Amino acid sequence: MTDTDRPILETRALAKRFSIGTRFSAEGRRTVHAVDNVSLTVRHGETVGLVGESGCGKSTLARCLVRLYDISDGKLFFEGDDITSKSLSELRPLRRRLQMVFQDPSASLNPRRRAGDLVAEPLRIHTKLSSAEINKRVAELFDLVGLLPDHVVRFPHEFSGGQRQRVGIARAIALNPDLVVLDEPVSALDVSVQAQIVNLLADLQEKLKLTYIFIAHDLSVVRQVSTRIAVMYLGSIVEEGPAEEVFAKPAHPYSQALISAVPVVETTPSGTRKRIILTGDVPSPLKPPSGCRFHPRCPIAVDRCRTERPELKEYRPGRRVACHFPTL
Amino acid sequence: MILSVRDLKVSFRTNDGLVRAIDGVSFDLDESEILGVVGESGSGKTVSLLAVMGLITDPNATIEGSIRYKGRELVGLPARELRRLRGNEIAMIFQDPMTALTPVYTIGWQIAEQIRAHRRVSKAKAMERVEELLAEVNFPNPHEAMSRYPHQLSGGMRQRAVIAMALSCNPALLVADEPTTALDVTVQAGILDLVRKLRATHKSAVVFITHDMGVVSELADRVMVMYAGRVVERGSRTELFSDPRHPYTRALLGSIPPLTGEKPRRLPAIPGSPPSLLRLPKGCAFGPRCPVRYEPCETEKPALGAGSHPAACFRVAQA
Repeated sequence: MTDTDRPILETRALAKRFSIGTRFSAEGRRTVHAVDNVSLTVRHGETVGLVGESGCGKSTLARCLVRLYDISDGKLFFEGDDITSKSLSELRPLRRRLQMVFQDPSASLNPRRRAGDLVAEPLRIHTKLSSAEINKRVAELFDLVGLLPDHVVRFPHEFSGGQRQRVGIARAIALNPDLVVLDEPVSALDVSVQAQIVNLLADLQEKLKLTYIFIAHDLSVVRQVSTRIAVMYLGSIVEEGPAEEVFAKPAHPYSQALISAVPVVETTPSGTRKRIILTGDVPSPLKPPSGCRFHPRCPIAVDRCRTERPELKEYRPGRRVACHFPTL
Repeated sequence: MILSVRDLKVSFRTNDGLVRAIDGVSFDLDESEILGVVGESGSGKTVSLLAVMGLITDPNATIEGSIRYKGRELVGLPARELRRLRGNEIAMIFQDPMTALTPVYTIGWQIAEQIRAHRRVSKAKAMERVEELLAEVNFPNPHEAMSRYPHQLSGGMRQRAVIAMALSCNPALLVADEPTTALDVTVQAGILDLVRKLRATHKSAVVFITHDMGVVSELADRVMVMYAGRVVERGSRTELFSDPRHPYTRALLGSIPPLTGEKPRRLPAIPGSPPSLLRLPKGCAFGPRCPVRYEPCETEKPALGAGSHPAACFRVAQA
């Protein structure tokens, strides 16, 4: 088995449920199935892109994967090791190998601390380096993410959005992690700055042999960075496969609609691309539809879809679709 | 000609100095035409449209230039007169529908109020019209939706309600400020479809502000690209996207990852970040990030030329 085939992270039938309401509220206590029956394997060195509409559970899943949320059901393995219910102290040594970058760097960085201090914090907590060694490492990290040495004394508000996200990234890679979960890392940035960060992430992945789980609602960005794509709908994966293949030939009607809805710059008069416009909204995960959860919006749904929930079946190695009538 | 803006300048006095949010913007808009305004945050696209709507009330703001709506000068028009136009002949859709709707009244009540503010109709008549409007913006069950509160609707439905409100008085000019930015692509596709349909049925002229080049290329007849408070390039959709001239437009188009075909190993990124309006470079504002800058760019601001497809760049003028 080569290094690239070895799974670094694996989930089996992972589920995350939230209870909402109290026994005093009108509807009483209810359960939201935010993530439902997700089995996903992430291999060393690859980038798995998670896509789907807001509320599909992609961020919840990401937080479960780094155990920021407790897992309600199913199993989570990190390098073959079951970490589903490890306690916080048992997780601690793992934390340095599993990092996360958040969407809004101005919300995830403490505004009252200097950038150098913020990047040094994980080093102070997880390593026994002396302060001189820490300073040296921080300087290295600043260089690696394209910040200037004198930026260490700046406060987060003194940076531009792109630079702030670079600080967030430096902090995430400070401990040489193996896996980084990126939750919408470029969404809050200006368009002209997004490409810089996308390139930076690609460079770091190559240099540091990182594995990424990448979440973004901008599908063209996801395609650019990902080797594999998992499309989520109402808490479950409906399609999974190599990024370019899923984008070129989506097999699930939902992926087809999602990809066709992306506005692209066309120099020819409009109307050359076929667009599937979905009717209705994403149903509430409080009352998911029967059968296939996509059937109320699906253009090709038949009676069977209303009653029988399609399984995520592997049609070809690495190509899984949850639909009774996939276009493969 | 519905709207004609000439040499519009908006500046704000701040503790740190004068911020020139817009510095000499001119454009025209014809009946049932969709003008796409593209730019990043801080490029002045929102401020220029707020000026058109007469919504800049900050005492530290200075507005210069001319905004003519159907030949009538709007700059300096008394607030009462403006209020008569706003929501009636000129309507606006904002990015976040939740802030455009009050949470304490039903959708139906809010749209009816808007109608009754401008038309002398009975409540019952207004409510009938609301139902028609909601049906027009594709609410699956318009009658039921009227009694809903904003928090009971999804983001896409809320934006549809705001659009219904904007259309309630058949506006001749519709200003949409990033109306789909907060929405999912699937929902965005529906809203864009709606805007196209409305232009056809209501003959409204639309100014559509966005940072998404893809959206503009699908929707707009003409496009205006803004950077640091100035228009850097203008042209018809085909002109602008098949022959982008300004280095900023080119770079911006180049930095968007493709959705089909070969993936580039690295994206052609634009170095640096948009300049602060407080410390604009002396010459061309894009100069410091521009791959083709030369001496004149550092000392003088290039003017936007005339013609159907001008670009504010010395290199373009030279060629």
